Amino acid sequence: MRHQGIPRVVGKWFIPPILLFALYVQFHGDFGPGGGFQAGVIFAAAVVLYTLIFGLQATKQIVKPRIIEILVALGVLLYAGTGLVSLFLGYNFLDYTALDPAAPPHGQHLGIFLVELGVGITVAAVMIAIFFGFAGRRRLR
Amino acid sequence: MIDMHLPILLIVVPLVSAPLCVLLRQKTLVWAFASLVCVASLGMASMLLIRVLEEGVISYAIGGWIAPWGIEYRVDTINAFVLLLVSIIAAVLMFFALPSVADEISGKQHYLFYTAYLLCFTGLMGIAITGDAFNVFVFLEISSLSSYTLIALGRDRRALTASYQYLIMGTLGATFIVIGIGLMYMMTGTLNMFDLSERLPAMFETRTAMVAFAFLTVGMLIKLAMFPMHMWLPNAYCYAPSLVTAFLAATATKVSIYVFLRFTFTVWGTEFVFEKLNLDAFLIPLSLIGIYVASLSAIYQTNVKRLLAYSSVAQIGYMMLGIGFVSVTGLTGGIVHLFNHALMKAALFLSVGSAVLRLGSSDLADWKGLGRRMPVTMAAFVLAGLSLIGVPLTVGFISKWYLILAALEAGWWPIALLALLSSLLAVIYVWRVVEVAYFQKADDDSNVQEAPLMMQISMWILTGATLYFGIQTDLTVSVAQRAAGLLLGVTP
Amino acid sequence: MISVGLFNYWACMVLMMIGLYTAIARPNLIKKLIGLSIFQVSVFLLYISIGKVSGGTAPILAEGIVVYSNPLPHVLILTAIVVGIATLSLGLALVVRIGEAYDTIEEDKIIEQDLVND
Repeated sequence: MRHQGIPRVVGKWFIPPILLFALYVQFHGDFGPGGGFQAGVIFAAAVVLYTLIFGLQATKQIVKPRIIEILVALGVLLYAGTGLVSLFLGYNFLDYTALDPAAPPHGQHLGIFLVELGVGITVAAVMIAIFFGFAGRRRLR
Repeated sequence: MIDMHLPILLIVVPLVSAPLCVLLRQKTLVWAFASLVCVASLGMASMLLIRVLEEGVISYAIGGWIAPWGIEYRVDTINAFVLLLVSIIAAVLMFFALPSVADEISGKQHYLFYTAYLLCFTGLMGIAITGDAFNVFVFLEISSLSSYTLIALGRDRRALTASYQYLIMGTLGATFIVIGIGLMYMMTGTLNMFDLSERLPAMFETRTAMVAFAFLTVGMLIKLAMFPMHMWLPNAYCYAPSLVTAFLAATATKVSIYVFLRFTFTVWGTEFVFEKLNLDAFLIPLSLIGIYVASLSAIYQTNVKRLLAYSSVAQIGYMMLGIGFVSVTGLTGGIVHLFNHALMKAALFLSVGSAVLRLGSSDLADWKGLGRRMPVTMAAFVLAGLSLIGVPLTVGFISKWYLILAALEAGWWPIALLALLSSLLAVIYVWRVVEVAYFQKADDDSNVQEAPLMMQISMWILTGATLYFGIQTDLTVSVAQRAAGLLLGVTP
Repeated sequence: MISVGLFNYWACMVLMMIGLYTAIARPNLIKKLIGLSIFQVSVFLLYISIGKVSGGTAPILAEGIVVYSNPLPHVLILTAIVVGIATLSLGLALVVRIGEAYDTIEEDKIIEQDLVND
């Protein structure tokens, strides 16, 4: 669709707000509806839209498949790592109180923030990876 | 500290290692790391079993949320036993993995292979350890999704269709299980298994209870490949890479049987399942038919892997038969067979895997004269095959002994006779392979090397175990007896 | 008369049967996966119906509201949705590979090709 004016212009206008909205959904998740799953998918949707307009090659220069692969792993590690930190501090796995024993609500807040961030990173990266995986295939006859 | 957090570490360590494999990438490094993780898990699982035998039930509240509100990991004798079994197999297979994966998987995919392997391992361990009904589903899907991927890595293009078939059946089964769990939650408002077992009896008269149990049972029977729902299994085992076949054959269906035991005995209770709904009247005939049909199909197979896959379906029949007796002896037989069959089937599939490495085929026609060309591998095959038949001094004898004892105890001597006769079918299909390998001459004189040392280590540890536990039965039988007593609510 | 209050359970059952039938009876591998997805979605609907408390609102603390819907089934279903996506994309990936290997995604033709090879 690189040569079609309307999608290109609309895309250029919309992709940044979509990315921003993904971040909003991500970080507002502690107070209202939202969270890592939704944010990750919205973020990936922006990348998918970019690919549809500008092509796979152009996207792969910005969003490198190798980095996506690392991000998939890092998100899971961030999640599990948060749990392990509380374990090393002498609490149960994923007991966020450990992150700030003086003020448990604050600890809980921090914990859920980190965990959701991990979820968000992994979901976005997985979605993009799935899309790249399918888009990179040759078309059947 | 490690002592206190053992249950969660057993899950988190392999879970964290899976993404780390993606970051490590380098072939040998990833293999070494994955092996280390499997061995560490084996150590933790054995510590856990020892602790459970000494102290009784261990409970672990994730996130500090006390059960029934939070997710609880609950370890008692039976699941500690299953955890040990899964981690033994996973650890022992890692020796075999190095040459086998190098041969069958393309070099670029090695790290992804081990990632999927560790995730599958995590899923299976998770199913066994958790005390939360919905958590069972989540781990079930983790293990299933990674096993679909692993199966699809097979070299033959039919691996893809086999994996697809398994995906459809497995997802249908898992979704049935979710429906059952959802209805249980609807009735009781809880997902904790222990809590469910206390609240469900009040609901036994309702139709919802029956529907919930029906969905749950059908789902579990698909997952464990009980006779009429076993169609996904032979293809999946036949076309998967050798290592994957051995791992899945030894663990996946076994863990599903554990889930069946857990839900029918602990959550629903024998009173509802066997006295009110008479599930045993359905289980016993189906298992017997399954044993005969699958063994007969095994006899006519021309591919050794597929032959063994059908034999697996038959052996699942023996386990379910033991469970169907609903007595301590029967359950002991079922649980011991679960352990023993895992050992012997893994040993058998490993020897087939070694032959595949050297011959490039598991077709029986290509195995002519293999007894002379690969004597060590075939010796392991024969020993494990004897165990499959149930010859005294092997593990197969022990489990069949308990099954027949249970049948006689219940006064059902025709069933005992049928179970005995079915062993003859096993003699036939094992003999077919032996006959081709030892008494037929190879078509060509090309030299075939013996399997590499690493493969032989795995193979002989497992074959040795089938002999060791066939003579030294104290450990397996006493643990199985305690587990059976626990499930039936009687102390032996 | 069938109670209107049970409407969502009826819808869920109808979807479930449509999905199950499609997943089993259709020979086209993609259609099978679509059926499987419909089947899973019907279960999501079942869970969400369980979580509804009549008169309740979204479970977010707010002044003047006492009745909340049960959020637990929603959380469970969020997990199940993710599992569903994973299953669907893995299934589609397999179908793409099958299509490349066999040049068809019709089950009967694939079986034919396999039989010829044996």
